[in-house]
Amino acid sequence: MVEHTLIPEHKKLNEEDSEKILKKFNISRKQLPKIKANDPAILKFEPKKGDIIEIIRESPTTGKSLFYRVVA
Amino acid sequence: MNYIYKKVGRISFGLLSPEIIKKMAVCKVVTPELYDREGYPVDGGLMDVRMGVIDPGLVCPTDGKKLRDCPGYFGYMELARPVVHVKYVDIIILTLRSFCRDCNKILITEEKLKDKKRTRKELLLFLKNAKKCPHCGSKQYSFKIEKPTSFVEGDRRLSTIEMQARFEKISDNELSMIGFDPKFFRPEWTILSNFPVPPVTMRPSITLETGERSEDDLTHKLSDIVRINQRLFENINAGAPEIIVEDLWDLLQYHITTYFDNAIASVPPARHRGGQPLKTLTERIKSKEGRFRYNLAGKRVNFSARTFITPDPRIRFNEVGVPLVIAMELTIPERVTEWNINYLRKFIENGSEIYPGVNYFYSIDGKKKKVTDGTKEQILEELQPGCIVERHLLNKDVVVFNRQPSLHRMSIMCHKIRIMPGKSFRLNPAVCTPYNADFDGDEMNLHVPQTEESRAEAEILMDVQTQLISPKNGLNIIGTTTDAISGNYLLTKYLKIDREEAIDILYSIGVKDFSNLKSTKTLDGKDIFSAILPDNLNFIGSSKEKKDVIIKNGKLTEGVIDKATIGEDNGTLIRRLYAVYGEDAGIELINKIFRLGIEILFRKGFTSSISDTDLSKDVLAKNKEKLSYVENKINETIDDYQKKKLELLPGMSAEQTVETLILRQLNQLRDKIGENVYENVSEDNPTIIMARSGARGNFLNLAQMAAMVGQQAMGESRINIGYKKRTLSLYKKGELSPESKGFIKDGYKQGLTPSEFFFHSITGRDSLMDTALRTPKSGYLYRRLANALQDMRIEYDNTVRDASGKIIQFNFGDDGLDVSKTEGGNVNIQRIVREVKANV
Repeated sequence: MVEHTLIPEHKKLNEEDSEKILKKFNISRKQLPKIKANDPAILKFEPKKGDIIEIIRESPTTGKSLFYRVVA
Repeated sequence: MNYIYKKVGRISFGLLSPEIIKKMAVCKVVTPELYDREGYPVDGGLMDVRMGVIDPGLVCPTDGKKLRDCPGYFGYMELARPVVHVKYVDIIILTLRSFCRDCNKILITEEKLKDKKRTRKELLLFLKNAKKCPHCGSKQYSFKIEKPTSFVEGDRRLSTIEMQARFEKISDNELSMIGFDPKFFRPEWTILSNFPVPPVTMRPSITLETGERSEDDLTHKLSDIVRINQRLFENINAGAPEIIVEDLWDLLQYHITTYFDNAIASVPPARHRGGQPLKTLTERIKSKEGRFRYNLAGKRVNFSARTFITPDPRIRFNEVGVPLVIAMELTIPERVTEWNINYLRKFIENGSEIYPGVNYFYSIDGKKKKVTDGTKEQILEELQPGCIVERHLLNKDVVVFNRQPSLHRMSIMCHKIRIMPGKSFRLNPAVCTPYNADFDGDEMNLHVPQTEESRAEAEILMDVQTQLISPKNGLNIIGTTTDAISGNYLLTKYLKIDREEAIDILYSIGVKDFSNLKSTKTLDGKDIFSAILPDNLNFIGSSKEKKDVIIKNGKLTEGVIDKATIGEDNGTLIRRLYAVYGEDAGIELINKIFRLGIEILFRKGFTSSISDTDLSKDVLAKNKEKLSYVENKINETIDDYQKKKLELLPGMSAEQTVETLILRQLNQLRDKIGENVYENVSEDNPTIIMARSGARGNFLNLAQMAAMVGQQAMGESRINIGYKKRTLSLYKKGELSPESKGFIKDGYKQGLTPSEFFFHSITGRDSLMDTALRTPKSGYLYRRLANALQDMRIEYDNTVRDASGKIIQFNFGDDGLDVSKTEGGNVNIQRIVREVKANV
């Protein structure tokens, strides 16, 4: 199912990249949209609470767009 | 005024204990009588003056204040027997289930409580299912609510006295375990033994013209309660049999229940003598007619007017025609100064009956006076700088104009007044689009701002000319429409006009400088159009038919003006004028173009008529030929299908294939006939002119009128044959022929056969039903969406965040574009490059 075309690519960010994203938007983890730890699309990363997931989506306006979610 | 400057730190909600009810009361109500023989409120009655005064002249004995200043005070009633409060039934049953019936301890041991972390919900579920008290071991029964206010334990009905006794024994500590704060909430308080009587001021009586008093619904209900309560007291004291006491008790319970809520399903509503239900406490607050939605979320406003709208293409876009009668009713306050005193004196001399006059006058000490023939002389004497005069509306006053539903910001715009005879608001047809108005009986609202600040704000933010570009896509929502487009199209394409007439036309639309006009004897239409354009305008665009439109130094040198340049939504020239010359000059130019278009039609005449649809004999013959050719081909297809020789289309059954093929051929036929009509109609056919210029209609409309209406479709398919296997009884069962499934081979002018007419009605009714059902649905969907998104905003880093700062989208629309600055969502880079180059 995770390979389905309608499921966008998910990536787990490492500690350094996570901090970069938080700094870029000047926010705390609480202000990010959430994703469940048992979401099938990220199960393979064995996510822990507080991990930041990068989602690369197809967008009708820009082709590719980045989205971030925090594991809750 | 004594203002209190304090911040609210905390609010706690709780129940009123019987002691508090007694303590906050100013009197005890003991008699259902309201007034004595002199009409004075009875002491200890429901209208007791200690609970506030509602009659002018009376002084409240509690605070010594008069009518409008006295806020009113609660009284109380001692109930003969305690009674359940309907709104607390849920809490009562919950408390009954959570504590032991014998030892009144919580039905869980401390070990078990510590053992596992539970939410309140889980804990309550556990307590409800306890079969035995863990402390004293007594058996627990199941509880049921016997609607609306009785409680049954096992199969025995509990009396309110019993329940109160049980609740009183519950310890504070255990109460807080199920989430109640014992300081503000004791379960025994959910059962009323003292009853608060609300202040008279919240249930005022009305004095009718006849001098009769009519009491508020609440007072009626309260007097029922007092009466039954007193009877219950008397019966108990007289030692009446238990059955009678029980009956009265139940009656008291009924009255108190309906006093709180008169719309409970299992309780018959209490009624007036006339039979209409009483409006008691809950109904006062609830739903659309309740306090919140009726009085707080929406209010009646002063200085507003409403009437039906009619069109007037001769007024400006940003004007609104206001009937004289409305202008004499609505006013604007003007402060008298030494500079305007003589100007305002004339208004007062006119009085309130002669326009332009004054309705009210505020003297220097702030006293309001109505201007009448009697008071006029005295007011003129009092007139001095510092007074305020409420004068009638004048031309060019600023007003705010609105049409509901106000779905976007262009639904409320600022207009300048123009006083007119008649009874309707007049508006320029070009501003119908932003308001989504038409003239089939629409009404609109008008509001008059009362201060300088509000007028300035309205002009800067809401003027029609500031709303030309729609924020949804960056296109112009206001442009010229219908006749104004065909007029300009005719002018720039065909017309040659004598110089004198040209000057006459231009003058009548407000052009006074003719130095731009060529000095030849006859003028080309393009020259006349150019005369209203500024000299420094350069513009390259394309017409509806994709030909170039070029304006060089304010002269239209090539192309025709049509919908693509001056129309609504994508009028390229409109947007250019607006961008180059700004809001005020821009709208003035667009206005002139509009006026020029209709002025041409006023003078030249323009009518679409039945003869527009006349076709020559050979065109008709050709159409007939095409029709029979296609009919034959369709018959072949049907034949093939019946002989099962039909070649199937991919992914379709034989039935689907034959349907698809027939439908395709019929649609091709209609298009071909449309082409045939279009090619053989003269250039100056008014219907064609309207279609070509984009003013109204299209070629298909003409073809449907002149030659053939075509297939009537329901959804994507032809009209269904249904369960009886045929559409009408004159066809064979299972027939597939075009005419039996809604193909109309006649045009509207020739007239439809009865069965064609029937099929046309089917699709007509279907689309009517569809729109009627869809409008409210999509409206509600939009409302929910707007409410859900209302506090989102775009921050400076282009992220979309909600009110709490949570990120909803990381880059607005993924591309960070402000759509209101684009053209239909696209950035026209070519144009920007061209313009920058031209400026360098």
